[in-house]
Amino acid sequence: MFEFLIRPGSFDLFLNIGIIILKIAVVIGVVMLHVAYATYFERKVIGHIQVRMGPMEVGPHGILQPIADMLKLFFKEDIIPEKADKPVFYFAPIISLMAALSSLAVIPFFDGFVIADINIGLLFILALSSLGSYGLILSGWSSDSKYSFLGGLRSSAQVISYEIAMGMSLVGVMIMAGSLNLTEIVKAQAAYPTGMYAIPQFLGFFVFIIAAIAETNRSPFDLPECESELVAGYFVEYSGMRFALFYAAEYIGMIIMGSLAVTCFLGGWTIPAFITAVLPFLKYVPGIVWFALKLYVIIFFYYWIRATLPRYRYDQLMAIGWKVLIPLSLLNIVITGIIKIMVD
Amino acid sequence: MLEFFFGYLSLVIIIFSLLVVLSKNAIHSVLYMLVMFFHVAGIYLLLQAEFLAAVQIIVYAGAILVLFLFAIMLLNLREELSAEQLTDGWPASLAVVAGLLLTLMLSLGGFTTTFNGSWSPEKIKEITFTKALGQALYTGYILPFEVASIILLVAIVGAIVLAKRRLN
Repeated sequence: MFEFLIRPGSFDLFLNIGIIILKIAVVIGVVMLHVAYATYFERKVIGHIQVRMGPMEVGPHGILQPIADMLKLFFKEDIIPEKADKPVFYFAPIISLMAALSSLAVIPFFDGFVIADINIGLLFILALSSLGSYGLILSGWSSDSKYSFLGGLRSSAQVISYEIAMGMSLVGVMIMAGSLNLTEIVKAQAAYPTGMYAIPQFLGFFVFIIAAIAETNRSPFDLPECESELVAGYFVEYSGMRFALFYAAEYIGMIIMGSLAVTCFLGGWTIPAFITAVLPFLKYVPGIVWFALKLYVIIFFYYWIRATLPRYRYDQLMAIGWKVLIPLSLLNIVITGIIKIMVD
Repeated sequence: MLEFFFGYLSLVIIIFSLLVVLSKNAIHSVLYMLVMFFHVAGIYLLLQAEFLAAVQIIVYAGAILVLFLFAIMLLNLREELSAEQLTDGWPASLAVVAGLLLTLMLSLGGFTTTFNGSWSPEKIKEITFTKALGQALYTGYILPFEVASIILLVAIVGAIVLAKRRLN
């Protein structure tokens, strides 16, 4: 009954599916571990910026704190509001987490390692990040609480506004690389004189970083969940595991946006050729190390901003998105296009 | 395999389109429409049109449908509609839809699987769909493309004028 397994063609198919499943398991496992320790890293960084120690109790220097948090959330009682729209309430955190996890499929972590090497990788991530906003809006609506409802409304308006700026800030990269495939973009950057697009595309990079903070609902643009006005915003009625799903989705979203910044603007797993010309031994450092290093610089930047800047007012947030970032990214597209035509 | 995927996608599209119209809860309607949009994107993928698939999700699911949700939430249509029937004229609509379906069925035989013009499927596959679409849009079809963008601009200006008039 298993003859089809022995036939060479079908065996290859099964082998391929097996390799893909193995890759998915590795990526999800590693990213989830990073998510757990990103929370620890964040508390430590913010603690030290505010001249505190951060978590210290669980394990040496609080190193086991994320595991304790995970266990606590896992065993907490799952409370569902009486008047909640139950199916939507159940689905909202799953939509958020699935949208965030699926985006990981197209990110090239190092040379040749990407789960799905598709032609439209960049658009795929933009599409899934717009899907992720449904989790926020629907959780806010279905909880039947005015705080979460206001959080949901704020996030829908915010995400729509900043998605435009973010998408358009990446157009400059698309024009320079001539491709939407993330692996191709990294290779095009390695061939470019500066080795990373952050230098010629500084305007796009600036817009992208700001829009990415707003996309992931992080401070200073965390109006959908600002605790002093809305308690916790859209997920105020969620508890236990469902709350943990939202929390994980937010941190995976940060890792996705950071990875996108690394692959599109900072050269991905490569380092600029002029650095290897001076220090040739750096060529032997594996690409994943460079990728993780750049990613953690971006993530540290997120924490730094959170610890430094106060929250914006809502009309200021909208004004920055529509009147500053979108015109800047349009200007960037025009300049990049003109230079591209003149150089060719 | 392709037929199986096509069958699945079209079945889901039909079922969820019906659910969009039949559901009495406006938010649930929008959610059914979201599922439907994803399956329409799947049909584009089957046709090797990956750019259209991504844009379908970014524009329709990501922007337009979120605006729908926004509007519905502001109107606060949380209560389900209690009316048994929303319109009286449904026999007439049914007749029109049946007529359209019949016309489609009769015209199915006229479809052929060839192509017109210089863009053969092999050529599109070779230079990838996104590039082919860009080249076709910005060379042969530049005038219709610009006209469409001007129509959209007029709509935006119109919306702003209407909103401003109410403010004054």
